[in-house]
Amino acid sequence: MIKAILIFNNHGKPRLSKFYEHYSEDTEQQIIRETFHLVSKRDENVCNFLEGGMLIDGSDNKLIYRHYATLYFVFCVDSSESELGILDLIQVFVETLDKCFENVCELDLIFHVDKVHNILAEMVMGGMVLETNMNEIITQVDAQNKMEKSETFIFQSPRQDR
Amino acid sequence: MALKIVKGSIDRMFDKNLQDLVRGIRNHKEDEAKYISTCIDEIKQELKQDNIAVKANAVCKLTYLQMLGYDVSWAAFNIVEVMSSSKFTYKRIGYLAASQCFHEGTDVIMLTTNQIRKDLSSPNQYDTGVALTGLSCFVTPDLARDLANDIMTLMSHTKPYIRKKAVLIMYKVFLKYPESLRPAFPRLKEKLEDPDPGVQSAAVNVICELARRNPKNYLSLAPLFFKLMTSSTNNWVLIKIIKLFGALTPLEPRLGKKLIEPLTNLIHSTSAMSLLYECVNTVIAVLISLSSGMPNHSASIQLCVQKLRILIEDSDQNLKYLGLLAMSKILKTHPKSVQSHKDLILQCLDDKDESIRLRALDLLYGMVSKKNLMEIVKKLMLHVDKAEGTTYRDELLTKIIDICSQSNYQYITNFEWYISILVELTRLEGTRHGHLIASQMLDVAIRVKAIRAFAVAQMAMLLDNAHLLTGNMQRNGICEVLYAAAWICGEFSEHLEDPNQTLEAMLRPKVATLPGHIQAVYVQNAAKLFATVLRKHEGATDSQAAQETSQLLVERLPLFVQSANLEVQERASCILQLVKYIQKLQQKDVEVAEEVSALFAGELNPVAPKAQKKVPVPEGLDLDAWINEPPSESESEDEKPKAVFAKEETKHSRPRHTEVDEKELARRREARKQEQANNPFYIKSSPSSQKVYQDAPGVEHIPVVQIDLSVPLKVPGMPMSDQYLKLEEERRQKEKAEKKKKEKKKKREKHGKGKKHDSGPESEEDITPAHHVDIVTEEMPENALPSDDDDKDPNDPHKALDIDLDKPLADTEKLPVRTHRSEPLKSPGEDGDVESVPQEPKKRSSKEKKEKKKDKDKDRKKSKEEKKKKKKHKHDAEDEPAELPAEEPVKSEETNEVATPPTSTSAEASDLDFWLSSTPVAPTAKEVAAPAPAPAPAPETSLAAAPDSEADEPKDAEPEEVKCSKHKKKKQKKEKEKEEKKEKKKKRHHHHHHHSDGGEDSVQNGTMEEEEPLPPMSNYCLLAENSYIKMVYDIQGNLQDGSQVVVSVIFENKSDSFLKSMEFNVLDSLNSKLQRPEGAGPHDGLVVPFQLPPGVSNEARFIFSVQSIVMPQKLKGTLTFIVKSEDSSTHEKLDFKLHFTCTSYLITTPCYSDAYAKLLESGDLKSSSLRLEGVNMPFHHLLARICFHHHFSVVERIDSCASMYSRSIQGHHVCLLVKTADQTVSIDAKCDEPSLLGNVLDEIKQTFSQC
Repeated sequence: MIKAILIFNNHGKPRLSKFYEHYSEDTEQQIIRETFHLVSKRDENVCNFLEGGMLIDGSDNKLIYRHYATLYFVFCVDSSESELGILDLIQVFVETLDKCFENVCELDLIFHVDKVHNILAEMVMGGMVLETNMNEIITQVDAQNKMEKSETFIFQSPRQDR
Repeated sequence: MALKIVKGSIDRMFDKNLQDLVRGIRNHKEDEAKYISTCIDEIKQELKQDNIAVKANAVCKLTYLQMLGYDVSWAAFNIVEVMSSSKFTYKRIGYLAASQCFHEGTDVIMLTTNQIRKDLSSPNQYDTGVALTGLSCFVTPDLARDLANDIMTLMSHTKPYIRKKAVLIMYKVFLKYPESLRPAFPRLKEKLEDPDPGVQSAAVNVICELARRNPKNYLSLAPLFFKLMTSSTNNWVLIKIIKLFGALTPLEPRLGKKLIEPLTNLIHSTSAMSLLYECVNTVIAVLISLSSGMPNHSASIQLCVQKLRILIEDSDQNLKYLGLLAMSKILKTHPKSVQSHKDLILQCLDDKDESIRLRALDLLYGMVSKKNLMEIVKKLMLHVDKAEGTTYRDELLTKIIDICSQSNYQYITNFEWYISILVELTRLEGTRHGHLIASQMLDVAIRVKAIRAFAVAQMAMLLDNAHLLTGNMQRNGICEVLYAAAWICGEFSEHLEDPNQTLEAMLRPKVATLPGHIQAVYVQNAAKLFATVLRKHEGATDSQAAQETSQLLVERLPLFVQSANLEVQERASCILQLVKYIQKLQQKDVEVAEEVSALFAGELNPVAPKAQKKVPVPEGLDLDAWINEPPSESESEDEKPKAVFAKEETKHSRPRHTEVDEKELARRREARKQEQANNPFYIKSSPSSQKVYQDAPGVEHIPVVQIDLSVPLKVPGMPMSDQYLKLEEERRQKEKAEKKKKEKKKKREKHGKGKKHDSGPESEEDITPAHHVDIVTEEMPENALPSDDDDKDPNDPHKALDIDLDKPLADTEKLPVRTHRSEPLKSPGEDGDVESVPQEPKKRSSKEKKEKKKDKDKDRKKSKEEKKKKKKHKHDAEDEPAELPAEEPVKSEETNEVATPPTSTSAEASDLDFWLSSTPVAPTAKEVAAPAPAPAPAPETSLAAAPDSEADEPKDAEPEEVKCSKHKKKKQKKEKEKEEKKEKKKKRHHHHHHHSDGGEDSVQNGTMEEEEPLPPMSNYCLLAENSYIKMVYDIQGNLQDGSQVVVSVIFENKSDSFLKSMEFNVLDSLNSKLQRPEGAGPHDGLVVPFQLPPGVSNEARFIFSVQSIVMPQKLKGTLTFIVKSEDSSTHEKLDFKLHFTCTSYLITTPCYSDAYAKLLESGDLKSSSLRLEGVNMPFHHLLARICFHHHFSVVERIDSCASMYSRSIQGHHVCLLVKTADQTVSIDAKCDEPSLLGNVLDEIKQTFSQC
């Protein structure tokens, strides 16, 4: 099971947080801060696993993270997940984001956090891995975006934002 | 309307959207909080508007703010509003917000049930998908219960996209509503073989997650997973399955044997590191489970260790880390294989990555032996000095202590060395583990009697240099060490060289700055020292010195009497008065030493940490009962402060017990030893120390070897442990030489006597401890309870999921189904009017809700109890909760499963036994056994179940896996039928009630049960029979492969002889061929994988490949077998004809009415029709028969008209419209393959002409 997925930048600003177990908003923020603290002080060329994610209870849990440019992608998982598998999953996630946003950068995540959530929802559901095939994920995301567009055309003012 | 929309959009122009909000926040870096609070005010305004677009926009912004840590639960109701929008865009926003901030405590969640249900059955797959995704995050027990059935139906949805989500979410449903696990499990299992890889992967995922927590319930799935493992190419699925096997093998070592080969193959062949790593992990788990008596697996171990070494040597830190992690698992059972890589692991201690260093430390723990302990610890001590950062250093410290103290100090040969190490560790600044060192010092000093003199000397030195330790007092954990030092010096003061000096050190004014509990120990032990000093001086008749000591105490103690700490104060004033009194006596020249030392006399025994817990409660003693009436609240709150050390209490309760006579003691010891020997859980003390305990009852008997050292033991200043290393080397050298000499003389004798302490395996045997140390076993109560109960977390949600899945479903275990359809089934055309929910049911349901809620908890509790008892228990009709189905839209397979009498779990287990015991044969033969647990009831079970020839009619007709309880007593069956009738009566009652409510009888997907019970049905028909054997068979399409059918044949031995060497062979036709193992010729028979004792029957499966399925086929075949009676054995054969009907190519496939309508409209189908006259059976029987015998499912039924659907293994659609009137049944059928349709209709006709 995946317990939580966090994305934050080099300064610890959250860009996406998805908890598959309930915590109060304050605890969530504390977890994000603490995780950032743990992850950010690690060198670039050390392993990508961290044991005992402080707040995210028991000793069974692990933090598995990757650092891309300005962003940290952190998955908190328990022992039923394969460590290397999750690393691959993070890679798939990032590549998918890259395809969907065309050269993804932090700004995309800042302004379109809802879209990131939608993409993530096609990969991980309720803490379990739903799909790992990037093409399949993109197909489903595109189909839903198309639906959204057809609706927006009628119901929303045609307004474009960055 | 249109105008309103336009107006709404114009309004929207002026609202902030999410991007504006984000930009705004970024532009207000200084006053972010203030800016956001104004934004929240705006959002509140927007939420008040009627326009759903505005609301959705507001909710979208709230979701963002939630991520920043703002509580948005106040908007929960608005989120629900947005969720229920008919537009996908808004719905998605709503569900996203809900998934981020809803939880079990959110009260508006209960309003969402109907909305979610509507979305789940939406014709738009993305509406359903979004609802499922959202629900997976906030599902509550109530939602799970109410929606379980809807989600279960979705598991058979036509779109794989929905199927996989539905399968995944079931896990969450199980967690929240454990009662749903058993009813849903058969379908979940079915999904393991879903044609879509995504769905399959999801099912594997869910079952692995379930099995991880309660592996034993899933053992019976092992064959299925094994098949998946050998056939799947999806690494994700493979990893999950392999991990699952890792959890299963400890329970079933035979499984491990079966796994080793395919896993090693995978290890050799895969290029994916993740897969390789998991394979290695599971092989390790297998090897651990096999570790007893499987010598020939050393190759596998070597392979694993070798692969892991490659990982550890890799430059990728991740692989290095994981390699070390896996290595530590091997270490537990095969330490030797790992020890040869010590160099590598020590190298990892120098890694720059802390995670890796910690892993390497873990490994060291298991790698020590008597030989290398000192060396390894020396290395660690070096790291301690180098380590930056207290966390890593503390970790090192605990590891050193762990390593040394493991299994009762098994690897320590020289305790002086260990004490020196402990003393050296006290020099660590700022460690938190002072108490750990202290308790080690105490433990060693108490339990190793021979070391006391040395320990006391060292401790005295520590006390003398206390100022070094207590540099910066307050946050310094290391001062705890003084606690131990003071106590040891006091307790074993007879070993002190200069007690006067130590006493002086203990009464220095600076002591008063120590923590209270340490001061208390100081004061108490000063008194002990005082006693020793007195005794010493009195012997020498030097009254002057003794009086000086008394004077010292009288001068210094008042400092402690003024202590703020009660404990210190009390003890100090007590002792002060005592000393004053003694002083008086001394002045009168009275001898007091004897009396004073009597105060502290007595030997002290260490008590095992769990001893207290293990004292059994005597019979008739109720510890919870009040002896007197409970006192008033205020009195009961004087609890004692928590003891700092486990040993602290020993100080208070000095052993004052009367000396039990020696014999009694010996007897008790013997009894306890016996008990411990017979108790597999008892691991407290190693055999060596046991022996010592027995042989050496007192200190006097310990042969303390004089060590002729060139270096004096008492090292000025702090001791250095390093010197021991050198000494040890020398000693060993010497010993070796000596031994060689002695060995020449008396080999055996010496060995038996002199080395009773040596328990180390082989290579360690030649290392004897420096001096014979006596590790005293810890005391345990006389009749201690052996159980080492692991305290499991009672709050673990997975506990509730520990459910036996092999037991057949009981009637009471249905998923709750709505009694009222709040919404008629829609055809895809009318998706516009979503609001057309019938009014009546809505009201009802809300009314019911309160009632339900009450019942709910009661009911849940009840069913949990039921499961605990593992009994089939029937509720009365009145007891049945309101939501229990009056009509049960279940598929035919479920109805039948309900009708199955209790399958004995032992039979299930024997399936597994059969699978496990079958030695791997040729691949096809394996496959014959693999598709589902081939039923092979153990002889005992079948024999017990009286092989009545009539009983051979299996009621059970689950198409996928045929239950093995084909053979049951007639009586049992009758009982069952009675039961069923009762049940039906009850149901009729309900049904009646239901009709008056005017509900519509449309059933989505399944047959209806009403009025009369279905007669027992079986698809098994006679294949051939003679005086020895009877064969019945059934043919099922193979879901996995469109060109295969599976023929299940039940062989029944009718004779009194043993039937063996059965061979099954058919003459292949051009169209249909028996699948034979690779390498077998086209005319070779297949060996039936079992033998039949008299009266026993068993089932085997054979796979046939077919090309064309539009025509029925007949294949001729022969069964040859050997009949073995007591005196003779004869070869017999039996010819048969296998009849492949077109029906057998059909697979029961559920279909939704909208998909069905689309299919009919498509116009690709040819039609045909059939009329049956004189059928006088109830309509639902008719439908059930078609479903059962011809593998159809009901799409929709309205009164006396029903539409049905089935699909062939090659994907032909077959649709039926069945109508009945006055004993006439007309069937209009459509299919894309006319000849197939014609044949199926002919077969249907035949079915009904037979009855």
